[in-house]
Amino acid sequence: MTEWIVSILIILGSLFMLVAALGIVRLHDVYMRMHAITKASSLSIVLFLLAVVVHQFSWGTLFGAFLVMLFIIATTPVASHMIAMVSHMMGIPMSKGAVIDELAEKQEEG
Amino acid sequence: MNTPLGFALHFALVCLSLAYFAALFRLLKGPTIPDRIIVIDLVASATMGIILVFIVATGKTIYINVALVIALIVFMGNVAFAKYLKKTVEND
Repeated sequence: MTEWIVSILIILGSLFMLVAALGIVRLHDVYMRMHAITKASSLSIVLFLLAVVVHQFSWGTLFGAFLVMLFIIATTPVASHMIAMVSHMMGIPMSKGAVIDELAEKQEEG
Repeated sequence: MNTPLGFALHFALVCLSLAYFAALFRLLKGPTIPDRIIVIDLVASATMGIILVFIVATGKTIYINVALVIALIVFMGNVAFAKYLKKTVEND
């Protein structure tokens, strides 16, 4: 039973990583690629960590996995927001289908 | 390979290798600098995934500390690159 749960968690995590890889190859501008990578890969790491905890349960492993999860969830959005802000400052254009640019509107207002 | 766990481990390694190749493609092709910076994130995630799959395969749970250190260092690297680029933009 445990083996099945671990297998399903690992396969789900790999599929999310595959979605991130597909996103970085296929999407059109840097903001969209960041959106694909950040969310999909952190969710994939969380699923892998759950698989490790279910397969090799001990309190030390649980604590380590909890710490990794906490750092991933807390730091990945911060880093990607900083890089998105910098690429907006550098003036990297959005792709043609983009509808709204709230940061530019705010800067125009003052 | 015959057990469900063996199949899952092989499948995970194939997917993570494909993620490395996708990152390499974007690193070589990516038209701008931030494109190349966000590749770091995907490479680090794939490396952490391989370490975690390795833990499940061998049972050496001590390696979870490696994943922890990679998570911290990648955050530092991303913030450092962002600060550097911001300073470059502001000086122009």
